[in-house]
Amino acid sequence: MRNIKARLIEEKIAKGFMQLSGIIITGSLFFIVGTILYKGLPYLSWEMISQTPQGGFYMGKEGGILNAILGSLYLASASTFLATLIGIPIVLYLNVYVKKGSLLARSAKLLFDVLFGIPSIVYGAIAFSLMVYLGIRASLLGGIITITLLTIPIIVRTLDELIDTIPTDLRHVTSSLGATRWETAKVMLKYIKPGLFTAILLAFGRAIGDVAGVLLTTGFSDNLPKYIDEPTATLPLAIFFQLSSPIPEVQGRAYASALLLTFLILVIVLCSHILASKQKKHKI
Amino acid sequence: MISRLAKDKIAKNSSALLLGLSSLLILLVFLGLLWKAQPVLQEYSLGQLLSESVWAPLKGKFGFLPFIMGTLWVTALSLLLAVPLCIAASVYLVEYASDRLRNMVLPLVNVLAAIPPVLYGVWGVLFVVPLLGTYVAPVFGISSSGYSVFAGGIVLAVMIFPIMVSIMVEVLQTIPYELRAVSLSLGATRWETIKHVILKKAKPGLLAAVVLAISRAFGETIAVLMVCGNIPHLPKSIFDAGYPIPALIANNFGEMMSIPLYDSALMFAALLLFLIIFGFNLISRLILNRLEGQHS
Repeated sequence: MRNIKARLIEEKIAKGFMQLSGIIITGSLFFIVGTILYKGLPYLSWEMISQTPQGGFYMGKEGGILNAILGSLYLASASTFLATLIGIPIVLYLNVYVKKGSLLARSAKLLFDVLFGIPSIVYGAIAFSLMVYLGIRASLLGGIITITLLTIPIIVRTLDELIDTIPTDLRHVTSSLGATRWETAKVMLKYIKPGLFTAILLAFGRAIGDVAGVLLTTGFSDNLPKYIDEPTATLPLAIFFQLSSPIPEVQGRAYASALLLTFLILVIVLCSHILASKQKKHKI
Repeated sequence: MISRLAKDKIAKNSSALLLGLSSLLILLVFLGLLWKAQPVLQEYSLGQLLSESVWAPLKGKFGFLPFIMGTLWVTALSLLLAVPLCIAASVYLVEYASDRLRNMVLPLVNVLAAIPPVLYGVWGVLFVVPLLGTYVAPVFGISSSGYSVFAGGIVLAVMIFPIMVSIMVEVLQTIPYELRAVSLSLGATRWETIKHVILKKAKPGLLAAVVLAISRAFGETIAVLMVCGNIPHLPKSIFDAGYPIPALIANNFGEMMSIPLYDSALMFAALLLFLIIFGFNLISRLILNRLEGQHS
């Protein structure tokens, strides 16, 4: 047996490394947000949020990115809404109608786990080819469909975890009172209400931040989004395009746009965190 | 009025239908990719496509090796950086940290997971690339623009922090308390307990977390595209530019559709990505599900 002192020193070194790793990982968050804040804040202006790109915008002249902000909000809201509409019945089916732990339930859950891991560029590529095949051009609609596919697994997975936290008593009680399974499902939905909104917000955050999926399917436009079958600008894509410009003014606006997106995401995360802690206290 | 039972039946059937349709989705994606990749697969053999290193679509040369190597370099670098850090941090959070610290750090890690890829890319361009180009590369006597596989590796490492930490913490928390108690009572220090007992026991779970992180790293597109330089050659050092597969698809899709076989070749790239990621995801999820089953 080695000397206790040497063993304790080894413990100290290991612990020090672990603390350092923890600091690096949490620190990276502040570092990323800090870098974007530092670079973007000087360029942020009311004009940026309230106007569409004017003539010469990409040469550094006036205008803003209202088109991209609105486009992203439309796209993310519509696809989150659709994904929720499709996702909730799927989760309820898997948890109410199918026996828990049955082969169907298990393989379906595994499937959604795997779907969750498929990168958005693959969805984008397949949606793009489908659109070419059908003769649809890049449009808001194409983006909504792609992003909906991307968000369904998120909704299903998060809700499934939530439903697992429902006490089985609740189900037994509702059934014993003579409720049909559909009515039981409705009671369950009520129980997870705050958590449901958390899941929706998370999906919204994912939808609004995705680039690879919309790059091929949604296109880009300097006009405010008016019709669903027209190319539409999105915020992440606006950041991406402006950043690749060699003109410093335009790059600066990319930083400011990035700051806007960061702000949006942080608000979403904060709201979902508040709702999640509400879920812990939530009782019917 | 519809009877309650009828309502129940309608709900059941319509939700089953939705489930069926969305399960079909994965099959449709696979078949669609395969179908679109068919032309290039008929022209060249699989081995040719994967091992040729010349990418010149205009001359009809589709060698995917530079892109495969680009992806492998970036992924390997990110794992090299992220895996030790994540294991260490997760062990610390589970074994040493107070509840208060853990409840403070884990939500922050979740925030990191919520940050969109494009913002990681912006951070990479603003910070990582200049840092590597002006400070790090000259130290090694190499001139580099900073847009390199190394930059991609760093950005990806930060991007896979959250997925690894959250899964690793969950895995470590499933280890029974008795194992620790026994080891400690035998006179082992806490670090020795971690080294010889906890990490050994947690190995399959930690491995699953790493495999999941690999599949995330493989598919990451925009952030990597922004910092990697995107030159289709075989990277020779970590300060060399690289061109990962997802970046290839994102950069070229939709353009130059008139070049024969070009879009088919890109679809083949997407198929490759899909198959690798599907396989990796499946493996790690199966491991994780089994572990969960063991402990509950």
